[in-house]
Amino acid sequence: MAHAVPAATAEPELYGLVAEFETPEALLEAANAAREEGYTKMDAYTPFPVTGLDEALGMSNTRLGWVVLIMGLLGGASAFFMQWFAQVVHYPLNIGGRPLNAWPNYIVITFEVTVLLSAFTAGLFMLARNGLPRPYHPIFNTPNFEAATRDRFFLCIEASDPEFDLGLTARFLEKLGPVRVSEVEA
Amino acid sequence: MAVRRGIQETNRVIAPGQTYAGVDDRVNRPILQNLTRSPIWWFLGFGVGFFFLMVYLYSVTTLIIRGVGIFGNNVPVAWAMPIVNFVWWIGIGHAGTLISAILLLFRQDWRTSINRFAEAMTLFAVVCAGMYPILHLGRPWLFYWLFPYPNTYGMWPQFRSPLDWDVFAISTYASVSALFWFIGLVPDLATLRDRAQNRFVKLFYGTLALGWRGSAKHWQRYQRAYLLLAALSTPLVLSVHSTIALDFAYSQVPGWNNTIMPPYFVAGAVFAGFAMVLILAIPLRYAFGLQNLITKKHLDNCAKVMLATGMIVVYGYIIELFIAWYSGVEFERYMAYNRLFGDFAWAFWALILCNAVAIQPLWSRRVRQSQVALFIISLIVSVGMWLERYVIVIVTLMRDFLPSSWGNYYPTVFDWSLFIGSMGLFLTLWFVFIRLLPTVATSEIKELVHHDMHHSGHDDDHDAPTHRAQPEVS
Repeated sequence: MAHAVPAATAEPELYGLVAEFETPEALLEAANAAREEGYTKMDAYTPFPVTGLDEALGMSNTRLGWVVLIMGLLGGASAFFMQWFAQVVHYPLNIGGRPLNAWPNYIVITFEVTVLLSAFTAGLFMLARNGLPRPYHPIFNTPNFEAATRDRFFLCIEASDPEFDLGLTARFLEKLGPVRVSEVEA
Repeated sequence: MAVRRGIQETNRVIAPGQTYAGVDDRVNRPILQNLTRSPIWWFLGFGVGFFFLMVYLYSVTTLIIRGVGIFGNNVPVAWAMPIVNFVWWIGIGHAGTLISAILLLFRQDWRTSINRFAEAMTLFAVVCAGMYPILHLGRPWLFYWLFPYPNTYGMWPQFRSPLDWDVFAISTYASVSALFWFIGLVPDLATLRDRAQNRFVKLFYGTLALGWRGSAKHWQRYQRAYLLLAALSTPLVLSVHSTIALDFAYSQVPGWNNTIMPPYFVAGAVFAGFAMVLILAIPLRYAFGLQNLITKKHLDNCAKVMLATGMIVVYGYIIELFIAWYSGVEFERYMAYNRLFGDFAWAFWALILCNAVAIQPLWSRRVRQSQVALFIISLIVSVGMWLERYVIVIVTLMRDFLPSSWGNYYPTVFDWSLFIGSMGLFLTLWFVFIRLLPTVATSEIKELVHHDMHHSGHDDDHDAPTHRAQPEVS
């Protein structure tokens, strides 16, 4: 059921071949098969996170946690430094007879800024590493791709994969039992 | 159980036989309907909310023009209704974060159906709460002096004051909750984008969805970020209400200077928050026909959490009174005497009736399964927790060290109009939210549906291998 090649005279650039599946299990099987076949540049598109899909696709683990840890420590250190600098160095004031470096009083703000910076790093760094916001992506050209956020599961083998061959890859994907296999333009 | 429009009343986390597309249609179809064809209850609810929002804005305008003296505050009782309402509102917010973050860390799959609207409730409650620390200032236009920034005076905020900690706690809480909520919304906004037929509606959700395409690479980072946000929000929510408790506990006033305050305030916040979750959930599941997704199991569990935190609060009341006696300090003892038998004893006893007595029926499974009973108990708890703050803030200040500085406190019409108006602000935001955004996190529900398909026939209480919190690689 391969999607008809567009009737343009100039050869359209190909983004990849996309197979559409009805269940997450079928997608997982297909992703495993594709990895064993030697494909490396591929991605899957699902309406919800499918456990085990990242291993099936041979993805490495995310390092987001480390970035968050570093930013959190930085946030906490700078918050404590700011308070100490303001109250001990820059404009020391005797307020309530408390010591200038009243460090227990600085803990709340130190804590809050630690959370603020690490949370914003976790959220925004995740979006940035995912390349978002990005309204247009070639994968959106896939027929029926609206269902990728509803109840369908897609596997894309990208044309940039060294193993990619339009005929062979299409035949390989057809064997995995998809609803359809489509050629997707870049 | 009774079946109405294909809806099953069930004790499972989601009713059996759900499909991905079915969940999608149930949640998203009402949102994508033409605005003019919104149900009549929506127009009524929004209208009432909007009316009281106008009352709010009128009160705020009067406050800024005429000054803070329009409130009933006096010299012994300089903190009154604005602070009571501030603590009440921010307490309500805490249940939302508890549901979205803490229950995620404990892998509680019943959080999935209720986390979205509970987080929205948090945000709107924080909006209402966040206004009070500014509005109760005598000169609200100088509130930015509370933020540290390089200025030509060389002045800094006073970092030794809990009121400045509040600024950091509330602004962090508001912005982190908003981020957590938005990150959770992105996949669902993409669903709405893909379902929308109207070009402008598509553009609206498409812009908010940031081009989310459900890629496996995205989901991997997303799950990790979501887990990290949950792990960060958990201590945050504990710290925010603790910080607010320190506004009181840091002072020397008998009745305020209690070391129990931080955990006791946090428990009270969760208690009041779950009451509000129930007040919102019970009508919501009928309004949108969500009984298959927000089931009796959720109401039952919310009621259990409410009971557990309620009993911690009751313990707090007992300990406060015991320590007042045990301290041997006559001011502390008088504080307790004044609460129990003074001019405002009615407030204390009403609070005991609402928070300690009214929740006891929740031990019974039958009561926890009855929506009418839960709704009424939740309303009573909301009133009771408001009275608790009233007793702690106001009744304590009326009678402290110097008898020559004893006073009474009577709220003015503006105290009330600002409070009732802030409910209008909350309702307006709430009705806009339920009309524009999915009240249930569909992508998370689909994970549950997926899990359900593999374990059909099993009980639902066993450990579910789903959830955002799942570590990707062992």
